[in-house]
Amino acid sequence: MAAFFQMGGYAAYVWPVYALGLVVPLVLAVQSLADYRRQARLVEELEREAGGRVRSPARNPDTERDR
Amino acid sequence: MTSLSASQRLQAFANPARFMALSARFLAPLWVVSLGLLGTGLYFALFASPPDYQQGESVRIMYVHVPAAWLAMFGYSLMAAASAVALIFRHPLADLCARSAAPIGAAFTFLALVTGAFWGKPMWGAWWVWDARLTSVLILFFLYLGYMALWAAIEEPARAARAAAVLALVGAINVPIIRYSVVWWNTLHQPASVFRMDGPTVAPEMLLPLMLMALGFTLFFIVLVLVRMRAEILRHRVRTLRLAQAAARAEG
Repeated sequence: MAAFFQMGGYAAYVWPVYALGLVVPLVLAVQSLADYRRQARLVEELEREAGGRVRSPARNPDTERDR
Repeated sequence: MTSLSASQRLQAFANPARFMALSARFLAPLWVVSLGLLGTGLYFALFASPPDYQQGESVRIMYVHVPAAWLAMFGYSLMAAASAVALIFRHPLADLCARSAAPIGAAFTFLALVTGAFWGKPMWGAWWVWDARLTSVLILFFLYLGYMALWAAIEEPARAARAAAVLALVGAINVPIIRYSVVWWNTLHQPASVFRMDGPTVAPEMLLPLMLMALGFTLFFIVLVLVRMRAEILRHRVRTLRLAQAAARAEG
């Protein structure tokens, strides 16, 4: 077990790489998901306030020409 | 549906509402497969693969460094291709795709640079050398940052999108330069050993963890692009709703 953590003398190089390989994607995922949730909440709030007065993007004639 | 022309069919895929519905269905399975591949890859990378006969255990750095470097290039290629589609076909999702890929590509480029330094120190005796491969990847990192700064600097989304797309396309010249930098110039960095005309030269027991990690990270990249594109669509919707709200207040 100790030998595994020593990585043949390269512990000081191998473990930081794996730590970064974990942390960088994790931060990216957390930030992306948090932003998505925030925007989803804002849309919900604003749509409730608007009470159906604003047309949905699905009804946008620019993108719905084939219907 | 059979009478639709090609351009009408393209239009159908461009519909943000349809994209939201379609991507929602793919997200969960993509997360599962991506994390499954990364977990399996990690096991092989750390436990079930041999040390290198020259580099010893330090070779395990490869399983993070090489996928990160591939994704640095993949991200930029995706960004440039999406920018081209946005400029030529005015596909409404293409700008969102390019914009969403940028921070993810930048993060993986950062990861490739830093993990490369941690590999360079024990193998070459230096954290950094100004050779062609390292320098061109550093330029790639700055291109990502410049692209994101341009989006942030221009207020009006349509103009920001066009300016950023042009920058992405001009910077695309760097991608083949990175790819062939190890061939064209004398460099400390080793040449390609997986994607070669004559097949990979990496031992199969090292190729397996490398491919598992690369595939896992690639799917992870794609999932995050989808998540960020969905957030961008919602952000656009928030802007529309706020404008409508302001207009309604002005009237009332």
